[in-house]
Amino acid sequence: MSKQINVALIGNPNTGKTSVFNALTGLNQKVGNYPGITVEKKEGICKLPRGVKAHIIDLPGTYSLNASSLDENVVIELLLNKNDKDFPDIAVVVTDVENLKRNLLLFTQIKDLEIPTILVINMADRMSRKGISLDIAYLETHLKTKIALTSTRKKEGIDNLKELISNYKEISTQPCLDTTTIDLSYFDSLKKAFPNQLLYKLWLVITQDVNFGKTDRKEINAVNDFKTKSKTDLKRLQQKETIKRYQFINNVLKKGQTIDLSQAKDLRIKLDRIITHKVWGYLIFGIILLLIFQAIYDWSEVPMDFIDGIFASLSEWTKNILPKGAFTNLIAEGIIPGLGGIVIFIPQIAFLFLFISVLEESGYMSRVVFLMDRVMRRFGLSGKSIVPLISGTACAIPAVMATRNIENWKERLITILVTPFTTCSARLPVYLIIISLVIPKGRFLGLSYQALTLMLLYLIGFATAVFSAYILNKILKIKSRTFFVIEMPNYKLPLLKNVALTVVEKTKSFVFGAGKIILAISIILWFLASYGPGENFNNAEDIIRTKFATDNLSDNDLQQKIASYKLENSFIGITGRAIEPVIRPLGYDWKIGIAIISSFAAREVFVGTLATIYSVGNDDEATIKNRMAAEVNPILGGPLFTFASGISLLLFYAFAMQCMSTLAIVKRETNSWKWPILQLTIMSTFAYIVALLAFQFLK
Amino acid sequence: MHDTLAHLKKGERAVIMDVSSNLIPLKLLEMGCLPGNSVELVQVAPFSDPMYLNINGSHLAIRKETAIHILIEKVANE
Repeated sequence: MSKQINVALIGNPNTGKTSVFNALTGLNQKVGNYPGITVEKKEGICKLPRGVKAHIIDLPGTYSLNASSLDENVVIELLLNKNDKDFPDIAVVVTDVENLKRNLLLFTQIKDLEIPTILVINMADRMSRKGISLDIAYLETHLKTKIALTSTRKKEGIDNLKELISNYKEISTQPCLDTTTIDLSYFDSLKKAFPNQLLYKLWLVITQDVNFGKTDRKEINAVNDFKTKSKTDLKRLQQKETIKRYQFINNVLKKGQTIDLSQAKDLRIKLDRIITHKVWGYLIFGIILLLIFQAIYDWSEVPMDFIDGIFASLSEWTKNILPKGAFTNLIAEGIIPGLGGIVIFIPQIAFLFLFISVLEESGYMSRVVFLMDRVMRRFGLSGKSIVPLISGTACAIPAVMATRNIENWKERLITILVTPFTTCSARLPVYLIIISLVIPKGRFLGLSYQALTLMLLYLIGFATAVFSAYILNKILKIKSRTFFVIEMPNYKLPLLKNVALTVVEKTKSFVFGAGKIILAISIILWFLASYGPGENFNNAEDIIRTKFATDNLSDNDLQQKIASYKLENSFIGITGRAIEPVIRPLGYDWKIGIAIISSFAAREVFVGTLATIYSVGNDDEATIKNRMAAEVNPILGGPLFTFASGISLLLFYAFAMQCMSTLAIVKRETNSWKWPILQLTIMSTFAYIVALLAFQFLK
Repeated sequence: MHDTLAHLKKGERAVIMDVSSNLIPLKLLEMGCLPGNSVELVQVAPFSDPMYLNINGSHLAIRKETAIHILIEKVANE
């Protein structure tokens, strides 16, 4: 029988921990969530020598076991809970050879939990360039561990690491620091009170404000009585502990590591003199942003057209091959157009995540944070808000999750609240179709009006986000201690494998997440549009035939009249007409009303809904756009989509909070219904008023 | 009376003398911001805030409001 051991990968951010994980597991990995929280849980399987199989967990990056964020809590919760099914048989601490001193702090903490620990010194290929040499044997003895020197970039040292993991029983569990030396009298009495407990573990439990949902309650409650020291005293002890750890590390490294500074070439400092410069820095950032948006539009056009075509012919093909009937209609008119509406985003989402992950992997994102902090703070945001606001142009869901590394709660909350204003990719199809309907084709200074309108909508979204942050900052009375630390990691050439895995993973979760909702909604809509209550719907054919008996209509026209009469009297038609009074001042008819309502599940449903509503009972192959252009305003006559109603609709979609998934994420991240509900009401009311004003002025 | 880190100018070096542990997050201490360690101001954003530091080999940025709680003694550049 093959045995499976649990391996926990732990390390500071920016040490290449994820690269080591990817190198160990290859494609044998899956990404999920820790139950109840939105922290990503990455795990994978790795085959080791001698038939041993390792179950590897890539824990979130952390600087120490003193957790200051949800992500870091995950690490400590797992390491303190022996009963967790993932409790590691062995911990692998990944460090960066250039930051060994600081990285070893976490290593000593994990050693002190008396878990067998292997030390991985990664990015070994940089050693000679930095003039670093290591005495591995000396380090192994004094750190009481086994060391694997690896370079994931050059694919070196991974086999050695696998070998070390498979021999995990030979790894020492001796601690690095004698916990009692932090404060003799305090720890002596602690030891007397809990003779069977590991002192460092007790100390962690006492000092952490972690929700120990999974650990043994009884043990913790007993310890709670021991919180005799004040918070200030505890913090002073923690500082003392940190100093002691660094003393230990410095002593070991004094002999184990030599750095010849004359050999060191610090490219980072040289680059940063330009990249973080007061003028050049902002210029470079602007150019990079411009290039990204340009690339996203240019590169995705071809694949998007291609996908569009495929779904159109697929729908046609289904109609021809399947027997005529309700079921065929459901597939060809409900499901396929609905799915097409989501698959078409794949190219843009993938490109956006590609750029974001390259910016992050290369280390450039930290520089942007540095450059933008002061500017963003004026608006009550943090420099770190720039990452969510940029990724919000892909999707607000990962963007809201990306606010987690903002330490200040008020800044984080404001970022969460305003991020949905940025133009996410789900708004794009709505914008594109309406712009092509109502904005004339001309050019201004070589740029098309349509492209300019689109850019303007992006700017409006961003400006509204920043402006509402400013207002929220004035209104919200939340006291929170400001503190802001960000590491400026070394510049690295992004590893293709890491970037590719991120793009695939994020795109997949977007498509499947949204895909499920869209599929469900298109089926429901199709049913609601194809069936109706009462006489009017069931006898539609007779009613219309009698009504137009004298008009001598062609058969085709008659069929058209019957179909639209049926739709008006279907469940969806009745609902739509009920809400029509509310949306008529905005210039919409009831069909748009239905599309807006279904958009509250997710915006991208808009086009699919109109596609479903317009195609029910329609057999011709006209595109959605042609059908929309042909729609007639029921009251004023003339086309329904005019400049006024189009602009009003664009503005409504720019501001309204129409994404259930985002609301759900906001609820989880803020741990309260208050914020998502506030977001929903304020954004949607604002959208209604702006759309109303726009239509009334322009019509 | 010592200078605080906020007084450091671009390119200058100093040694950290004391940190007010009540006002400084533990995370910053753990990243190497401890008495006795050397610090260099690498770059400043407009209005000298935030400050990009090299503390004991760690490259990190902090805000001015944090920097004023870190006491230093400047070291003459050789």
